[in-house]
Amino acid sequence: MRRALWVLAVLLSHWRRHGMQFATLLIGLIAATALWSGVQAINQQARTAYDRAAATFGGVRTATLVAPDAATFPQDLFVKLRRAGWPVSPMLEGRVQINGRSMRLLGIEPVTLPADVGNAPRLGAADLSSFVAAPGQTLVARETLADLQEDEGAMPSISSGARLPPLHVLPQLVPDVLVVDIGVAQRLLNKPDQVSRLLIGKAKGKPAPLQSVVGERLQLMQPTAETELERLTDSFHLNLTAFGLLSFFVGLFIVNSAVGLAFEQRLPMLRTLRSCGASARLVNSVLVVELVALALVAGLIGLVCGYVIAAALLPDVAASLRGLYGAQIPGQLSLRPEWWLAGIGISVAGALVAAATSLIKAIRMPVLATAQPRAWQQRQLRWLVLQSCAACAVLAVALLLLHYGQSLIAGFGVLAALMLGAALILPAFLEILLLAGQRLARGPLALWFWADSRQQLSGLSLALMALLLALAVNVGVSTMVETFSRTFVGWLDGRLAADVYISAADNAQGAAIRDWLKDRSEVQAILSGGRAETQVAGQPVELLGLPDHPLYRERWPLLETAPRAWTQLVPGNAAFISEQLSRRLNVRVGDVIEVPAPGGTWELDIVGIYADYGNPKGQLAVNIAALIRQFPQTPRTRIGLIVPRDKIAALIAALQKRFALDDRGVADQATVKAESIRIFNRTFAVTSALNAFTLGVAGIALLTSLLTLANSRLPQLAPLWAIGITRPRLAAIELTKTLSVALFTSLLAVPLGLLVAWCLIAIVNVKAFGWRLPFHVFPLQLVELVAVALIASLLAALLPVLRLARMQPASLVKVFANER
Amino acid sequence: MSADKLSRRAFAGGIAALALTRRAQAQGYAGLGERADGFAKVVPGKTFAFPADHGPHPEFRIEWWYLTANLVDSSGAACGLQWTLFRQAAKPGAQGEGWANRQIWMAHAAVTRADTHRFNELFSRGGIGQAGVDAKPFAAWIDDWEMKGADRTDDRSLAPVTLKASSTDFSYALTLEADRPVVLQGDHGYSRKSERGQASYYYSQPFYRARGTLTIDDIQVDVTGQAWMDREWSSQPLDTDQTGWDWLALHLSTGDKLMLYRLRQKDGKNYPLGNWISASGDTQMVAAGDIQMIPKATAEVAGRKLPVEWRIEIPSRSFSILCKPLNPKAWMGTGFSYWEGPISFAGTHEGVGYLELTGY
Amino acid sequence: MLRSIDLIPCGALILLSIRNLSKTFTTAGEPVHVLRGVDLDLRAGERVALTGESGSGKSTLLHLIAGLDAADGGSIRLEDTEITELPDAGRAALRRDRIGLVFQQFNLIPSLSIADNLAFQARIAGRHDAAWTRELVERLGLGSLLKRYPEQISGGQQQRVAIGRALATKPLLLLADEPTGNLDEATADDVLALTRDLVARTGCGFLMVTHSLHLAGTLDRHIVLHAGRIA
Repeated sequence: MRRALWVLAVLLSHWRRHGMQFATLLIGLIAATALWSGVQAINQQARTAYDRAAATFGGVRTATLVAPDAATFPQDLFVKLRRAGWPVSPMLEGRVQINGRSMRLLGIEPVTLPADVGNAPRLGAADLSSFVAAPGQTLVARETLADLQEDEGAMPSISSGARLPPLHVLPQLVPDVLVVDIGVAQRLLNKPDQVSRLLIGKAKGKPAPLQSVVGERLQLMQPTAETELERLTDSFHLNLTAFGLLSFFVGLFIVNSAVGLAFEQRLPMLRTLRSCGASARLVNSVLVVELVALALVAGLIGLVCGYVIAAALLPDVAASLRGLYGAQIPGQLSLRPEWWLAGIGISVAGALVAAATSLIKAIRMPVLATAQPRAWQQRQLRWLVLQSCAACAVLAVALLLLHYGQSLIAGFGVLAALMLGAALILPAFLEILLLAGQRLARGPLALWFWADSRQQLSGLSLALMALLLALAVNVGVSTMVETFSRTFVGWLDGRLAADVYISAADNAQGAAIRDWLKDRSEVQAILSGGRAETQVAGQPVELLGLPDHPLYRERWPLLETAPRAWTQLVPGNAAFISEQLSRRLNVRVGDVIEVPAPGGTWELDIVGIYADYGNPKGQLAVNIAALIRQFPQTPRTRIGLIVPRDKIAALIAALQKRFALDDRGVADQATVKAESIRIFNRTFAVTSALNAFTLGVAGIALLTSLLTLANSRLPQLAPLWAIGITRPRLAAIELTKTLSVALFTSLLAVPLGLLVAWCLIAIVNVKAFGWRLPFHVFPLQLVELVAVALIASLLAALLPVLRLARMQPASLVKVFANER
Repeated sequence: MSADKLSRRAFAGGIAALALTRRAQAQGYAGLGERADGFAKVVPGKTFAFPADHGPHPEFRIEWWYLTANLVDSSGAACGLQWTLFRQAAKPGAQGEGWANRQIWMAHAAVTRADTHRFNELFSRGGIGQAGVDAKPFAAWIDDWEMKGADRTDDRSLAPVTLKASSTDFSYALTLEADRPVVLQGDHGYSRKSERGQASYYYSQPFYRARGTLTIDDIQVDVTGQAWMDREWSSQPLDTDQTGWDWLALHLSTGDKLMLYRLRQKDGKNYPLGNWISASGDTQMVAAGDIQMIPKATAEVAGRKLPVEWRIEIPSRSFSILCKPLNPKAWMGTGFSYWEGPISFAGTHEGVGYLELTGY
Repeated sequence: MLRSIDLIPCGALILLSIRNLSKTFTTAGEPVHVLRGVDLDLRAGERVALTGESGSGKSTLLHLIAGLDAADGGSIRLEDTEITELPDAGRAALRRDRIGLVFQQFNLIPSLSIADNLAFQARIAGRHDAAWTRELVERLGLGSLLKRYPEQISGGQQQRVAIGRALATKPLLLLADEPTGNLDEATADDVLALTRDLVARTGCGFLMVTHSLHLAGTLDRHIVLHAGRIA
């Protein structure tokens, strides 16, 4: 043990003399652990939230009975089922508005509520009494209380004027949900004796067959292991995970180069240790122990950084998930012990993987240096050939995946293989470029310039590969985001055809508003809209009612249409289908789709496909009159108006005054558009932040590689200095060299990045969200990115080059003095 | 705050999470000793009217329909079953419509054989029809457990009725018939529970003849025997210092019936009372001083010591018997828990019956 | 100078016994027979110089004795231990506890101070003797350099540190491979004189590979390796 400690002390003494290298190693490990753990923390937070949502008083984790048309049904069915031995519990769900904020209201029946609903929030017996007994309670998450700006015990009013029972915090609840007794919910939602669904608990006996009790009025929904939210948000989290992984690998690149260099530098030390009688096994074990110890320290620091990153990103992630999927993620990060353990684990595992080659070399190292090391050219050539072969293999995998892969994972697989292959082939590519340069070179200095660049290649290649990857991802993601944002804005312009949008509180107010509008001369058209919900192939589908108006025919964006599509829509037996839904159901124009409606099955000819960006649910667009015929319960609360631009403000003011509508009740087109764009921008805020992080880590990789190389390059530079090239000149040459390889790399990153963008748009997006965007290239953006990369390289190269330029001649002389 | 789950079990944690027990143990068993402000009071001199009084009395706090049956199966083996529906009002005053209704219903069902004891419980809120009692035609139900009369059901005898309950591992279905009217307990149905005036309205139908099937673990047997129903309602049946009771309902082989109980007080004294019902249906109170109920042996069930064997003596009637349980493990591990099981007795008289031990 | 004959048992035991030692390398596909049956005895306290032209196998012989490389045939016996039969760990233990090694390149650990470099083999061997180390420091004239690092001292000083490190464990046998090869003549004489004295002080055997006939002449015995055999 004492012997091992001595060997460890000797090994560690190396770092004391090579602080920069030590810092590099730690930074690599910290960066790898931090970004990976940060992303994991966010994902874990989100999953916990989905779990909470799923388990909230019988979410999808519980089997339920629902009406086929997804409408509410009479409570009598509940009693009938109970009396037939069905262990069901009623639930009524709806939305209420409090101070213009829409919230989900959940009415539960605590006495029959199944006890076995996952990690459902719990109430004590005493709480139960206050929950049910008047005035009752409104259970909310702490976040909701904050959102509502109310205190516990307050009784806020909803838009109908009714007041909620006193608010009471139940910490495990998901945000934006108000839980009240079912009786209270029926009163607040004005649905006396109605329930939305029945949760099925554990049976106590053998209940009668469902059909014999309720006929066809209810159908059984089996619980799903994966919630709808999880399914919808999977792609989003996969996206985050991909970034986390990328950063992790870039971090490991750094670790790998730092460990590799340290190993080379410590080779003589290892030999001396061995020749002084430390056994190979002892030295190797201590090497591993040293690495693990470093990984533990770095892992801990990385975890703290990861926590900070996650905490910083979480608000944006939460906003994205809320905007995109309606998923509620608490803004406060809470982490489980598993996260810390996993983070430390990944740090140690990563360090071991990154150091594997060096460790294997150490284990195989003979005590005596090999008699005659092969020339570096030979070694480099062999390495280039091997690596290029590996690259080709990986690229072949990418092609295979592209051709045969179906899933989102396969899409990411294509991306990963593409990038890995490109990274692996980069050194060979640069070698060819530099060799060509060397062939074309005139003059001895130029020749040396190219030749020396080639020799440096193996040392720099890892950093350059990291740079290539980071840049390519940047190009890819920026292109996708820009494409998306432009497509989205254009689409929004067409989609938001009306000038003013009104959402009435209920049908009565809707009718009143329509009546009032009829007498306003500035209103050129009143367009009614509406939405209903149903299920197709077991998936929730939205039915969107469209008014038959020339403006819609003219502007509403369709991707594909049958002839006279809009005219076909009017009679009510045709529909447009959203792109997502058409992909999900594999439905094309000309197909027929069957939609369950209260009056029976509604057959719809598909006469068009439209883009419906940002909607997690599948959608069918039908004529509004037909929709109301088929779904009489459709609320007639949505109204669009065509109004001359200069009259909009006055009309909105009048509407607000006359009908006490808030900002959510009435809005002009510009406001709605701005809001939508704001939500979408936040969606990509996280992506951009992670993007920047990755580029930063790549920059660090480049800097550390150059710094470590700089020291070992003195013997190569000293002779040039000795034959009369000034230090500033040498420094300039060094800088040029670094910048030129960085430039080559950046230029290579552009086509690779565009390929990545294509993969993201044509594979990942389609699989993840169900929509495909037109592919655009934005040259200015590319130039910008290349410039950023060069500036990053310049900054990274500057420090070692400045050190060289200002180096004391004595240090260069020493090269000769130490020559042995 | 209790860590109980929001579940039936927590709910059962006192029938009364909603109404009664904040400190159940401190204030009489299951909160039965709390003050009854606002609820109707039990006073002597009530004239019972049937079928109306078979139905619920929501102005009183608590009420039950309590049936036990001593049966034998086709192989001659003894068994017993219990079917109980409790009603409890969370608050005095007008009972709201629908979910606003403040009645809470709870039911217990059990079957007992010498080697096995199964039980289950159900809960329901009133007002929506999931549980309730109708006087005419008689029906008492909660979910799919029910005690149900028909048009031909006689109001005075509350017979014939059918009875059923089912759970995962047992179920039963009985037909109950009787040819004598229900019997008023206590003083014309006014049953005093303490010296200080706590009382309940109490009548019974001890003359049911039962026939039906009993299923345990999917094995169904035919059973016959006799059954006893107690109907009782009150707003504060127990005094605050009364901690529980030991109660017996005995079917004597002579056809006579005997109801006996003693209410235990915190100070160790108890308050025994009895009612002798002749085979013809005449009743005679057995005075407190005339009853000796002596626990003879205890059984350890669910971590408690329970006196499951009793010597009962009524010197004035030369009555001396030793009661033994069919199954000493007849513990009702329900939300509020107690011991309830069939017994048999011998001595000067012999027969079968049911023993109930609460508050242990 | 003190010649501690009194420390050496009279008649002098055979410390190192080499018999018929052979070693073959393969270079560019061709086998090169470096050692072709070397026989050599070295007594305790004996100081032997080994010379021979380049490529004669001097260093190889030294490496085999130190257990740094494995022989193809023959035997090397150090006291009662047959080195050729030891596994790697055994050979490492042998080097650690019983052999001191000095190389032409000094092979100091650049990241350790002179004091740590001196003590470090003894510490690994668990044989650190503070008094002996102090004596070594004094005799080698390193007292003022202890806190420096190898790159901050001259080549002669570095080699003294290496010799000190090798002798700090009080080895049975000190092996030196061209220890003065990187030193100027005056320094070389100086270093070797010190080494001779210290060897005498410890009474260990000393085998030195050298090019210099002059230096070889200052030791007890001079043997020449020629064509893979002791001439």
